[in-house]
Amino acid sequence: MTGQSKAFSPIQRALHWLMAVMVIAMLFIGIGMVTTLHPIYLTLVSIHKPLGIAILCLVLIRAAVRLKQGTPPLPADLPRMQILGAKASHLLLYGLLGAMPLIGWGMLSAGGYPIVLYGPVRLPPILPHNDTLHAILRTAHIGFACFLFAIILLHLAAALFHGLIRRDGVLQSITTAKNRA
Amino acid sequence: LPQKSSLGDLPALTSARVAGRLAVIGGIVAAAGAAFAFTGGWFGPPRLTPGTMIAVLADRGGHPVGHRRNHSKGVCFNATFAANGEGARYSTAAMLATGHYPVIGRFAIATGNPLAADATGRVKSMAIRIVAPDREEWRSGMNDSPVFAVSTPQHFYEMTVAQDVDPATGKPNPAAMKRFAMTHADFVPFGSWAKTAPWTASWADQRYNSLDAFRFINAQGAVHTVRWSMQPTIPQTPVPVAELAKRGPNYLEQDLGQRLAKAPLTWHLIVTLAAPGDPSNDATKAWPEDRKQVDVGTLTVTAMRPEADGPCRDFNYDPTILPAGIQVSDDPLLAARSAAYAKSFDLRTAEAAAYPHTAPQEGTAP
Repeated sequence: MTGQSKAFSPIQRALHWLMAVMVIAMLFIGIGMVTTLHPIYLTLVSIHKPLGIAILCLVLIRAAVRLKQGTPPLPADLPRMQILGAKASHLLLYGLLGAMPLIGWGMLSAGGYPIVLYGPVRLPPILPHNDTLHAILRTAHIGFACFLFAIILLHLAAALFHGLIRRDGVLQSITTAKNRA
Repeated sequence: LPQKSSLGDLPALTSARVAGRLAVIGGIVAAAGAAFAFTGGWFGPPRLTPGTMIAVLADRGGHPVGHRRNHSKGVCFNATFAANGEGARYSTAAMLATGHYPVIGRFAIATGNPLAADATGRVKSMAIRIVAPDREEWRSGMNDSPVFAVSTPQHFYEMTVAQDVDPATGKPNPAAMKRFAMTHADFVPFGSWAKTAPWTASWADQRYNSLDAFRFINAQGAVHTVRWSMQPTIPQTPVPVAELAKRGPNYLEQDLGQRLAKAPLTWHLIVTLAAPGDPSNDATKAWPEDRKQVDVGTLTVTAMRPEADGPCRDFNYDPTILPAGIQVSDDPLLAARSAAYAKSFDLRTAEAAAYPHTAPQEGTAP
């Protein structure tokens, strides 16, 4: 962070909202597809894999941008616990967004599945074909998905708390970027 | 307490307004959580899930923990698919271009009991996984019935429930299956095959059929609706059912081992092209006999391996795993098979301790 800006940069805001839509779609597609036998199952699976890889690419770009550009400072009067919560939840979000596609990719590898992105475009396996490994990664993929959704709900609640109750410009720093400029 | 905005120019909120806004935040978060739970089927109208399907499949007698929940008893095989190039006119699938491609396959009987006697397996099956050099895969699970038993996942569920163990007797209730057959018209073609077709004592003399329809897409982009079959190259040897029961529980594996000890077994992969109007979305309806058939290559099975340590054990023969150039049709069974097979695979890979990776001491082939 070079200092004066009180909002995220346009590229950071664009990445945030693009990924927000993708990740929420991903979570709903994921939980929907594993609980249906309807023909939509195949469509959902065929979206889930390339979307996951796209999220993996974007989270790497986003982490690099964040390391380079930093974040706007949090309000000076924000309680220490809330600062800690904000930092920890952001770290968790980045970690989960990166880990989930890798776990999914690894799970398909360990399950002996071809990893098809689109038509003949496919990825190589990143782990050996192994049933125990598949079972562990499968459990982790579902568990972390539910955990990620819970963290996103917390993130949403905190954002709305800043926007509606504290009205401290933190929400605006990722939306219009106007109120604190 | 009133919340003053740190932006400085906004009026402080009254306690009532803070409470109101907190309620709004809580409502938004609760609604998002509820939408997720609804999508995951935790509440809402009852629906058929892979979990419910697999649960009823596992309850037909027997204990398939660690095993496939359907076609639970089987053996692995190694094979080669030699494509003759004829299929390349209809599909760009890499393994239909002239050449030899390795295959890992599985023979099984349609049962929920990994220890079932072979004579209880009315339907025999062959599953294949053909691999092209560029890692493209063609997986197919085929049955020896000419048509599938039912046309929809819902009917499959109802049929399976009818086959389930009745808690009162500890055995499936034959009356339940009779009632199912009488109330489901789509079961009639399969039902008459099951009643009249001769039984044999071998996996080797059976014709295995894709049942579901698929789409072949060729280099020009032309689409053909197809079904395919593995056609045996030896004649069928009918055996009376009463005779089969005397051959012990594992005659299929013994027969296959004895045959392969002498020579490889071959099947022709025959692709049947639909004519306009032939049903692609109903696997209970056979297409007319005069439809064009194309022999696209030969499957040569060279070796059998017991499943516990066999190469097929940890593959899911999901029939929607297809190479570029082959696509699923509008048959509703395909998505349901894919979803249910995945659930079965997820369960059994987590249950490996119940099915140890050690070859059985008896009944194994050389």
